[in-house]
Amino acid sequence: MEVATALGKLSEYPYCSVFWRDDEGAPLSVPVPRFAVDQAEGTVSFEAPTGEAVRVPTEREVGLISGHIRRQPGIGYDERRYVELWGRARTDGERVVFEPTDAWGWDEAELPFMEYSERGVDQAIRYFGGLSARFGRPMRPRLQAGWLFFRATRLPFLSATFVPVLLGLAIAARSGTFDPLTAFLTVIAAAAVHLGLNVSNDVFDDLLGADRLNYTPTPYSGGSRVIQYGLLSRREMALLSAGLYGAAILIGLVLVAMTRSVELLVIGVAGVIISLSYTAPPLKLVYRGLGEFAVALGFGPVMLFGAYVVQTGHISLEAVVASVPVAIFVALILYVNEIPDRPADAAAGKRTLVVRFSPETVRLAYLVAAIAAFAIIVAGVAASLLPLPTLVALAALPLALQVYRGIGQTTNAYGLMSAMATNIKLHLVAGGLLLAGYLTTIGAAAFGLAR
Amino acid sequence: MSGTPGKPMGWLPAPVVELLDAALVADLTVVGQRGRPLTHPLIPFWDGERILMTSSALFSRKVEHIKRDPRVAVAIVDREALTKPLQARATIQGIARIVEDDPHVTWERVLPLWRAKEPVIDRFLKMRFALPLFFERAIIEVTPTRCLWWADGDTSHEPSEARAPRPTRGRAHV
Repeated sequence: MEVATALGKLSEYPYCSVFWRDDEGAPLSVPVPRFAVDQAEGTVSFEAPTGEAVRVPTEREVGLISGHIRRQPGIGYDERRYVELWGRARTDGERVVFEPTDAWGWDEAELPFMEYSERGVDQAIRYFGGLSARFGRPMRPRLQAGWLFFRATRLPFLSATFVPVLLGLAIAARSGTFDPLTAFLTVIAAAAVHLGLNVSNDVFDDLLGADRLNYTPTPYSGGSRVIQYGLLSRREMALLSAGLYGAAILIGLVLVAMTRSVELLVIGVAGVIISLSYTAPPLKLVYRGLGEFAVALGFGPVMLFGAYVVQTGHISLEAVVASVPVAIFVALILYVNEIPDRPADAAAGKRTLVVRFSPETVRLAYLVAAIAAFAIIVAGVAASLLPLPTLVALAALPLALQVYRGIGQTTNAYGLMSAMATNIKLHLVAGGLLLAGYLTTIGAAAFGLAR
Repeated sequence: MSGTPGKPMGWLPAPVVELLDAALVADLTVVGQRGRPLTHPLIPFWDGERILMTSSALFSRKVEHIKRDPRVAVAIVDREALTKPLQARATIQGIARIVEDDPHVTWERVLPLWRAKEPVIDRFLKMRFALPLFFERAIIEVTPTRCLWWADGDTSHEPSEARAPRPTRGRAHV
């Protein structure tokens, strides 16, 4: 921090302390009564503390510190800030004049606590390295196994899988085909592929540097951070990813054997290839601005067709149409979550659509895509390809407009968190309402009300 | 000398103990790598004999400094950062010891004192999975050797002074 800036900040505080090393070299800190900052002279003057025990030395370096916190009972603290200056002191009659040459400080209004913490991660890793050397055994940060799995796999994002798979199953059920066992296995296999993708994405983003360069991760962006935090090694994450993919492939092969469907085999192979190629070389689709398309394809048609084909053995036009809005909504999750990652992604050569587009184009493209998704539902119903009750999904439209407004207000990662959360909700609510539309149709048919 | 109920009596003057028990922020001054004094605002706890503070692994440079030179000072000067209104101000010199044999759990022995002073810590602990490195912490145990205090808070007067009954030698680390 510049000394002049620090002096400006210091002048806003009601008190400060002066600190130095005493004659024996031990630190000593003393409250300063009535200090005055002279910005023009670049000095701070204060009454000399009374008594030999607290005489401010003029022959060695001294420091000044002041800070502020505001307690919010039951919540924590805000307005945390402090400023620290170092320099020499001289006496001027009854006063001490301090001439700072160095300064440091933190103000959470300028550097949010989460980012401040993130910038300390390298120090934490060095600290654990030092501990390991000192104690002669590997020491690293820990989390309970359940929480570690939750964090490493980014488990809450499974909603992106459940929506297309359940919708595929519902479309199949509407056509009169539903087998609970294969439906259950489909959900498990799809979830395993998704979690395997999440984990492999972290492995390759760490390897390629994108996550390490990101100092503003949020719960929705910047990866799980388990590798950067030293909670798991890259190798352990690679093994976890391989295990999840392995489980998915195994269940997929069982389903192919059970259904004897060549279409399912093709869809499964395509799904695994798209999933792996998302971040992994040589394709690295997300680094080439193709991540959104890969995600749309994988979490739209591939998941939905897969679930549908397991039940029916073939693909239908209805499944194709229903998969498109779901694909768009899921791609928009990635798209919006990439906005705060833009600087780190650009620095790591990860040319996502958000990196390629101007901020204005990013926002406009969001609106166009979201409206297109809703328009396809309306068109699908108008063409009698989707059942009438699926129009209830239009109730999610205000969420899209909310996100559109939110991403126009800030590019700050923490400021965007609300928009990112609403955008995830949009996918879940719109997908859930589509599903509800199908279930209503199935229910109505069961009671002989309609087909 | 009065003290906090349930805690052993020490030699620190009662107004200073009361201040330690109420302070939400204390300035911990350590000797930096190049000999420069460096100050860090931290929440202090008094266990009856020592001042206890904790440092996250994220901000652990101070811990490294203390391992090199365990001499520290703890000053309580901010009247706004107290759990109750008090006039006194104090600065305490001492020898620090770092406890870090298991940064994941060892620091939790400070939790009862933390909880008693600032119950909101439990709210943050529930989010441990979201801030895993913040809750990997070392304990800084400061054994006071000398105390200067201003009972009425007026630091334009000469401070009162008290010293530990006998020299206390601290270990650099466990």
